[in-house]
Parts: sequence; structure tokens; C-alpha cells
Amino acid sequence: MTVTLLTGARILGGEPGELAIADGLLVDPATIDRDTAELVDASGLVALPGLVDLHTHLRQPGGEQAETIATGVRAAAAGGYTCVFAMANTTPVADTPAVVEQVHRLGVEAELATVRPIGAVTVGLAGERLADMGMLAGSAARVTVFSDDGHCVADAELMRRALEHAASLDAVIAQHAQDPALTRGSVMHESPLAAELGLTGWPSAAEAAIVARDAMLAEAAGARLHVCHVSTLETVEVVRAAKARGIAITAEVTPHHLLLTEELVRSYDARYKVNPPLRAERDVRALREALADGTIDIVATDHAPHAPEAKQTAFADAAFGMVGLETALGAVQQSMVETGLLDWAGVARVMSTTPAAIGREPGYEAPLAIGSPAHVVLVDPAARGTIEASRLKGRSANSPFLGVELPGRVLHVWHAGRRTVTDAEITEKQVQA
Amino acid sequence: MKHLLTAAMDRDEAVALLDLAEDMHQIQDRELKKLPALRGRTVVNLFFEDSTRTRSSFEIAGKWLSADVINVSGKGSSASKGESLRDTGLTIAAMGVDGVVVRSGASGAPALLADWIGRPVVNAGDGTHEHPTQALLDAFALRRRIHGPDAARGKALDGVRVAIVGDIAHSRVARSNALLLPALGAEVTLVGPPSLLPLAAADGTRLGVRAETSLDTVIAEQPDALMLLRVQLERQAGKVAPSAAEYITGWSLTDERLARLPQTRIMHPGPMNRGLELSSRAADSDASTVLEQVTAGVSVRMAVLYSLLASDQGGSR
Repeated sequence: MTVTLLTGARILGGEPGELAIADGLLVDPATIDRDTAELVDASGLVALPGLVDLHTHLRQPGGEQAETIATGVRAAAAGGYTCVFAMANTTPVADTPAVVEQVHRLGVEAELATVRPIGAVTVGLAGERLADMGMLAGSAARVTVFSDDGHCVADAELMRRALEHAASLDAVIAQHAQDPALTRGSVMHESPLAAELGLTGWPSAAEAAIVARDAMLAEAAGARLHVCHVSTLETVEVVRAAKARGIAITAEVTPHHLLLTEELVRSYDARYKVNPPLRAERDVRALREALADGTIDIVATDHAPHAPEAKQTAFADAAFGMVGLETALGAVQQSMVETGLLDWAGVARVMSTTPAAIGREPGYEAPLAIGSPAHVVLVDPAARGTIEASRLKGRSANSPFLGVELPGRVLHVWHAGRRTVTDAEITEKQVQA
Repeated sequence: MKHLLTAAMDRDEAVALLDLAEDMHQIQDRELKKLPALRGRTVVNLFFEDSTRTRSSFEIAGKWLSADVINVSGKGSSASKGESLRDTGLTIAAMGVDGVVVRSGASGAPALLADWIGRPVVNAGDGTHEHPTQALLDAFALRRRIHGPDAARGKALDGVRVAIVGDIAHSRVARSNALLLPALGAEVTLVGPPSLLPLAAADGTRLGVRAETSLDTVIAEQPDALMLLRVQLERQAGKVAPSAAEYITGWSLTDERLARLPQTRIMHPGPMNRGLELSSRAADSDASTVLEQVTAGVSVRMAVLYSLLASDQGGSR
């Protein structure tokens, strides 16, 4: 049995201490045989629990030219993630047990990180009739999160019934809040800049209005509602009011919305085209404060790989989305930790404990506690590095951070005790002798 | 100047370009309309969107400067068969052309092409963004009317009050004029139905111009020029645009409104919808600059092509 001892790591950013890994679990360092243990000197590094991403697009099946489950989990591991929830907008859509079980199985084969398929709310994401949510929940993939992400469940009646179903399954509906009638042809934030650039705007109200409606529906259904990628100050205020009312609502923010603004669109570079769009400075401020005060519960990447041809075109014609798994922690360190808004324990809460709780993924309840599965990340917070396309482990490089310096470097990762990242490189699978 | 992508330029640059266009304008009086300046140079008019007027104007401008001008239409070309904007641009550049004039339905497409192909690019209208040569020709025609054709050279438009009327939100002509005319010292007011005025105009800070919803208020101020934009009510998704009757009541230059504007020049980028944006009497009045604008278009585009491509302008590659 291999035993690993990590020494000198600042546990959750606190005092330096020791962590011991044996049999896939964190064990009491006092009980292990130090002479035979593999030692990892973690002096100066921060130890975090494995990160959990509630919002990842792995593109398989159907979009393998942009990402596969095997390449997606490499990006995840490199970014410090040990569990990712894979969105349902694949081809075919993840609206049948066959598809979610395939995704689940490919995730198991890929190792490196746990892949939890998200089920579609409506058949084909078409927003017309409910998918067989109970069958998806009862499948081998045990779906606990349902989302039509990429599309809003715009029909209020459908959303109501989906919430009622979800409540009976202890599942959550993750809503992509975007009123389609208010966002026809929208490609960027609705603002004076959009008018200047001649690009069609996406008004803040199109997000906040859906969230307000869904909060009321969730309350009536006694269901859990999760709001994907909150992007505006107005939505923050709606979520805050809903929480004050006692509604079971949770919300996520992406790393890019915490760090970037619409000004980048001035270049017409489609790398900056994302849905919801990059917003204004006032929104970035509100999102950071909301994440700090708990109004927004988690950070989720909305990792959205695209092949180059989908982005090398006019802004209005390009695909929406950015890759984010490998830059998420650095973006959060820069926007939240270095600004003093969140400590490392807070980072663990918003990037691991709480997303796992929302997605009902066990093993993350007590971060880095003895007896927990050994999902461990060692990050060097003092390192700074420029993001380069050639260094990204995922298949696509449509990152808004290319050429940008971000703080922090994920050096080592363990997923259930298996070393997935060593010195910032993927630890390849051991070939069976 | 490496490209002409926007009408945002400083006063000196704009005046110099208009003066160069005055030089080019003299060709109108010649029997033999041919200058050798761009002999041996090849210009491609890459038009992803239908346009007869602008394309012809660029074609004539290039030919009068002795350039070889090739028209490539987006429709029926590889671009309509799924080829990316980038590949289309790189393909044309690889044929050894010297400059590309681009018209596209996508805002920002000329700026991206300029980055990708490393050749001078002229924006001949991109989506709802800009149409810089239209703004230049408007400034050229207006400058001649204000100062007189023989005294325009070297002058700007200081204190000239221009009202631009119509579907501001979807107009690249309005955007480019709102950038260029203030740089020349003019005071610009954008006028239109509230649903067709963009945020930038409404908040007034970005483009540095004033926005008004009442044409009659603006008429009472007796502007020096009234520029009517082409209105395509059928294009505006039906729901947000006023009906034709409502538009005429509020924003058309009718005979009745024309009578209240004895000194105001009437401008229109064409093609005109007589009876909708303006009455026939307004279009055909002595105050109308419509045909002068068309003529100015050739001179201004000659000046732009000359600036970008002539060897003595640093335009050789």
C-alpha cells in the first residue's frame, strides 16, 4: 500500500501542517509509517480540497473536434478539479439513460476526475416537453442536476413541472436564465459600447426577470433552483431577495465574469464572445461582492471548448463560449483572494464544498478532513504565469486569458488518492504490466 | 493611414483627406477621366452584402485612378459555401491584390480582415457599425455647400449644426457621421423614434452627440443641415418600429416641415424612399444635396484609395 505524506502545506491557507493519503483516503499522519511513505514537500503551497465544477461542457458525444471526455478531464485535472458536471447539450442530447450512461462510462475510463452527467430538462433541449427525469436520475449515471444550459427553459409551465419533478428526485434544476424574446440576435452586453460597435445587445433584465420568475416557481414547488452563470448586478439583487425570502435558490458565477468586462469586445475578437456576455465594471464589482457575502454560492467555469473555425469569424457569426477549467483558480485568486474578498477556506467553499453539495456529490462535505476521500490540490499561490495556448491540456484553446498573466499554479492533484497531476503535468495512467 | 476602418479621425487628418478629395474632384470637369496614380495596382471590392451604389462608386474611383478593380460578391462565391471570413480574406490576399474594399453584414468584419490579411482594407459598410466613406462624402458635400465649392479647401465645419434623422439604432451612416462631423467642429443631433435611438445616443456620452426624439423641436432650432436616413421599417422585426403612418407623422420631412426650414440643406445617403423619409419636393428642392453627395462619393473614394495605395503615400507594400 502506497502512503503519501504531504508536509508543510498551508491547509486551506491556514497554518502549515501535514496531510497523509492512504487507500484513497486522508488518514491521520500520526498513524503512518514515515519511513516507507512517499514524501511530498509542500512548503509554501496551499492545500485545497479537489475542486468541483458544476458547469462544464465536455462536448462528447457529438463535438469531439472541440473536446472529448478524455481531453476534458485532463484540462480539469490540470486546473485542480477532481469532479466535473458535464452539461447536457451534446449531440445527441443527454436526455436518455443511454447517453448519460455513456458519458458516465467514458468518465470512469478517463480516470483523472469524476464525471457526473447533467440531464436535459426538456427533450432535445427544445423546450417543448420534459425529458424522462426520473429515468435519468435512476440510471447508472445517477443524474442529480438537470439543465437545458445553452437554452433557457423559457416556458413557465414547463419550468414549473420540471421543478416539481426535481423536488421529488432531490435533484436541482440549473437554469440558463435568458429571456429569448429580449435577446433575439444578441451577441454582447447591451450598453453604450454595443451601440457604438454596432453589435446587438443582451439586456440585463433578460436574465434578472427569468430568475425572479423561477424563484417564485421554485418556492411554490418546494424545489431547489440553481442559477447558472449570474452575470449582472440586477440578478444578484434578485437572488439576494429570494434568499432572504427563504427560497431554496443557489447561484454560480464564472471566473471570466469575475475578471473581465465588455471592453474586450472592442477588438471584435470572438474569443470574448460568451453567453451570458461579459458585462460592465459595475457588474463585475457586484458579482465579486455577492460571491464574498454568499449571495452567489459557487464559482463554476462554463468551460465551453470550440474548434478554431467556430471563433475565427465575424463576431456576430462566431460561437459563444470560452474554455475555463485551467484558468479558473488563477482567475479566482486574482479577483477574490488578492483583493481580500475571500480567503483560501472561502475558495474551498465556493469551488469545492458547496458545488458538491448542490450536485449531491458525496465525499466533499469535510474538506481535507481525516477520513474523507483524498481529493487534494496543492497550489503555489506565489507563482505567476502567462497563459499560453500550447500549454493548455484540453483540446481547444479559446481562452480569453491567452497572453495574460494570472497568479497561482496548480502543482499537484490527487483524485481519490490517485495522483493526477505532478509538478503541473498530468500523471499518465500506469500501464498494467 | 494603413486602413480606413472607421470615421473616427482627428480634425487635421479629416481636413487633409477632404482636401485630397477636392483635388480628385477636379477630374469631374475633364474629358479624359483617368489618372495614372494606381496603375499596376489591384483592388478587390469584396462585397458580402448586396450594394450597387457603393460598389459602383468604389469601382469608378479605382478605375479613374487606373487601378485594376475586381468585384467579388459574397453571394455565389466560396463564402456562401461555408468558407470562413478568414479563409476568404487570406485567399484573396494570396492572389497578390494590393487593397481590399469590404462590405459586410457583420459589424467588425473589416477590422478582423485588416488584422488577418496584412493589406490595406477599406470599410465600405459593416453591419450596423460604420460606413466611413459615406461620412467623408457627406462632410465633403456639406463643406462645399457651406463655404462654396471654390472656398472649401482647408476648411472644417466649425459650428455647423447637423441633425441626423431616422433609424439611428441600425444605421452605420449615423454612427460614422456622429464620429466624423464633431471632429470637424460640427454639432450633431441624432433624431428618431425612441425604439430606434441606441443607448449611446440616448446617454450622449460615448459618441459625444445629442439625442432628441422630436423632429419638430429640432426643426425649431433651424439646423444648418438635415440628414434623412433610409428607413426600412419592414426590417425592424415588426414589433419595435413605428408604422409608416406614425413615422411620417413624427419624423418625415414633409412639405409642411420643409416650409419651416428655409435655410437648411437637405441631405440623404440614398436610396431614398420618397414619401417616407422625405417628400419629393424636399428631395428635389434647391436645398437638396443628394446628387452632389453621390458625385462626392467618387472623389472621396479616390482620395481614400490614393492615400492607402499610392506609392508616394507610403502605400506600397
